[in-house]
Order: sequence, then C-alpha cells, then structure tokens
Amino acid sequence: MGTASDKKLFDENGLRLDGRSPGDLRPIRIETDVLNRADGSAFIEWGGNKIQVAVYGPREAYPRHMQNINQAFVRARYNMAAFSVDERKRPGPDRRSMEISKVISEALQAAVMVELFPRAQIDVFIEVLQADAGTRIAGLTASAVALAAAGVPMRDLVVGCTAGKVDGKVVLDLSKEEDNFGQADLPVAVMPKSGKVVLMQMDGDLSIDEFNEATSMIFKATERINQIQRDALKKNYASTAQDWGE
Amino acid sequence: MPRDELDVMSEIKRNYILQKIRKDGIRADGRKLDEMRKVVIQTNFIPRASGSAVVTLGRTKVVCGIKIEAGEPFPDTPNQGVLTTNVELLPMAFPTFEAGPPSEDSIEIARVVDRGIRESKMIDLQKLVVEPAKQVWIVFIDIDVIDYDGNLIDACTIAAVSALATAVVPASTIGQKDFPLPITCRPASVTMLKIDNVVVVDPDLEEEQIASARLTVTMAEDGHLKAMQKGEPGFFTLEEIQKAIKTSSDVGSQIRNNYPK
Repeated sequence: MGTASDKKLFDENGLRLDGRSPGDLRPIRIETDVLNRADGSAFIEWGGNKIQVAVYGPREAYPRHMQNINQAFVRARYNMAAFSVDERKRPGPDRRSMEISKVISEALQAAVMVELFPRAQIDVFIEVLQADAGTRIAGLTASAVALAAAGVPMRDLVVGCTAGKVDGKVVLDLSKEEDNFGQADLPVAVMPKSGKVVLMQMDGDLSIDEFNEATSMIFKATERINQIQRDALKKNYASTAQDWGE
Repeated sequence: MPRDELDVMSEIKRNYILQKIRKDGIRADGRKLDEMRKVVIQTNFIPRASGSAVVTLGRTKVVCGIKIEAGEPFPDTPNQGVLTTNVELLPMAFPTFEAGPPSEDSIEIARVVDRGIRESKMIDLQKLVVEPAKQVWIVFIDIDVIDYDGNLIDACTIAAVSALATAVVPASTIGQKDFPLPITCRPASVTMLKIDNVVVVDPDLEEEQIASARLTVTMAEDGHLKAMQKGEPGFFTLEEIQKAIKTSSDVGSQIRNNYPK
C-alpha cells in the first residue's frame, strides 16, 4: 500500500488500466451448491478472483468448552491455496489469514440467527484458489450465499465491496495493480436491507471527504452485488422447480 | 476481545452499566461517553532496548520495547527498512490468557497497531537503509501486556508510538554514529465500542463484555484516516461510523498531547 511508483493507473480518458471508470465493478459471477458433501456451497468469480466456499452445520460445537449455551458461533476459515498468488504461498494459516478469518466470522455472525442453535457451530471454509485483490470481501460475499444455500436462517445476506484511492482519486473495487500501488484500501461489508456495517477495515491515507465518497460508492455497489447473490440463489431453485414441473 | 473466566457477568452489574449509559449518559466508572481513562506514559523504562515505554491506561498496563538490528531488507523493498509488530498477551495479565502461540486476539491487536504506524508513515523507513538491497535497519516493536482491563489496541498504540518516538538507532554496532529513529508524525488510535446503540470511547473490560461491536480509527496530525478496524459480531450504521471518525479526531489529539515531546 502506498508504494512510490511512477506506474500510470489511469489513461488519458480517466479510465483505469482494465478499462473501467472509477465507479465500475469488475465482473462478478456466483454459483451455488457446487459441492456434494457440504451442507451448502458457493463459488465466486470476481475479476480474477476464484474462491470456493463450503458450509458445514449447524452441528455440535467442538471442542466442548467452545459451546455457548445461548447461541451458535460462526467459524470462518479463510485459506489461500499455495498456487493462488504469483509467488508460491507457504500453505497453512498465517497472521494475515487468521485476522481475515476473524473479521469474516464476526461479520457472518451478525447475519446468522445464531440464537436458534445453542451449543452449535457453523463452519464456513473459504478457499482462495486464485487471488486478484479483494479476496476477503469476495470470500465473504460468497460465504453469505453458501450459508443461505445451506438453509441456515439469516436476518439478511452479507455483501462486501472495497473502495480505495489511486493516484489521489477514489475508485471502487480495486484491481491488483491498484491495490499494490494505490494509496488507500477500504473493505466494507453490509447487510443490504438495513445498511448495517458488519465489516470495515482501512489502511492507507484518506481524508474525511474521500472516506465519505468511498462509502457512498460502496453502498451503491452493494445493491448491485446483492442482486447477483439473490439471482444465484434463485437460479438453483428455479431449475429445481422446472425439473419437478416436467 | 478476551472475556472473563466464565464469560458471564451478573445481571445486576450488566443492568447497572446499561442503565447508567441509557439514562444518565455516563458510564459505570463515572466517565463521559467520549472520555479516555487516565494515560500515564513512562519512556526509557528498559535502557537495554533501543526505545521503550510503559503505558497505563486506566488499569490496563502494557510494556513496549523497541529493538533495532541491522539485517536484510525484503526483496521487493530494497530501499526501505523493515518494521514488525508483535503483541504478547501474557498469562500474568488475565486468568484466561494462556502461554503458547499467538491467539487470534493478539494477532488482531498487533496488526491493527502495526497498520496505524505503518500507514501513517510514522517511521521514515527510507532513511533506514545502510546499503540498498543488502543491509537495512529492522525495527522490532514488541509489546507485553501485563495487566488487562480493556482497550488493548489503544494502550498498545500509545506504547508503541511513545517508544518509537524516543528510540535511537544503534548504528555504532556497525561502526557508524548512533542516530534518533527518523519520525515524521505521531498517529493516535481511538477505539470505540457500541453498547446498546451508544458509542463509548476507551472501553474497560466490563464494557467490552457487554458490547456488540468495536471500531478503531487511527489518524495522524494531518486529520486524515490512516487505519480502521471494525471488530466483534455487532454492526455500526454509516452515521455512527462518521460520528466515530469525528470523535477519533478529537480524542486523538488529546492522546497526542500525552506523547513524549
């Protein structure tokens, strides 16, 4: 973040390296129930990100001392495949992935009706197969879909999106180059019906005006992403309904 | 955040804290909603370290020691020194803290503290190069938590910034002259908790036990945001976040007044 660079990130028309204007998202595609064994699953492609999510549970929490007599807990495990980045990543959890797992777990816990499942745990496994900036919010966005596909009762879906600052300009959904050479990164996740913010991190340098510009961009984008989530969920049920009809 | 042994608090106490905040707009220990606890900073506590600080924030107490050693830079940043931050939640600090590999909590605290210092560019890492791509100064920030009563993120940031501000690079170990660590600004983190739709600054342990969500905002003197972190399973509305940013800017300048000159 904020590495000094003379790499140009905008062309003469003010468009970004991949041809997007500042408020554009990369293409997003979500597919549900792609795995057999898991209770629910989702696969998301978001720009160059390819992330597989699986949900197990609610099931009895283990180890026993983790059980909460009032509610379930959501435990997300964010993991990057060794081949997901340019230079091979040493497999296994590191400090970054542990932090991301924690903030994703907390964001999902806000949406899931955990009070319905005392003593249970709900596992969300997030495997980043190919990383291309914004993996945590892409993984979180897919996790919410996988939870819904697993039939876990939820108050709302959770939608994530990032904004950032590149060459002094606020832009939506940073690409890899923009993430590497930009001046700020602001991942946010909301419950779209209520606009409640369940994940927010920031690093870099943002003035308060820039922060407000970035959040309003993100909020607008989450509506669009939420529609993609809903369509993905509906699509599966629509095809099931058609099978039954015929 | 860590909880007490049983993760329960008596209903009476919980209700007392909630009612005080709801009705009187003040907190169980008599503080206003945006009031920090007393901050005491003692620098140069560990003369053997390159810089150090003991910080008490209310009844929370942490010790930060800075070690600066010559070493190899990262291959992708050959013209910069290296900064690493580590927080130890020592078993002496709390009944349920255990020895062993760092917990999720300690990793999160260390990473949020690190981000505030790194992103504000407090340390001029470019001035920490001995020979590009070969030898640079590596700054190790190590923080021991020895007494825990809430708000470790801010206590640790205050300790780290204070220790760095007084640190000296031991260049005499490689035959050069010692020089003060090059500092460009002094970031301040302000951590706020949401309790029953009210946002309070600098929470103590009891407040952490009943809060739904946490937000840390780190700013430097220029009034710009440098790092943020939302934590815990609850939520904030956008208006609450905007207000929290304003609070952080006000409270942050109070914290900065406590930093060593």
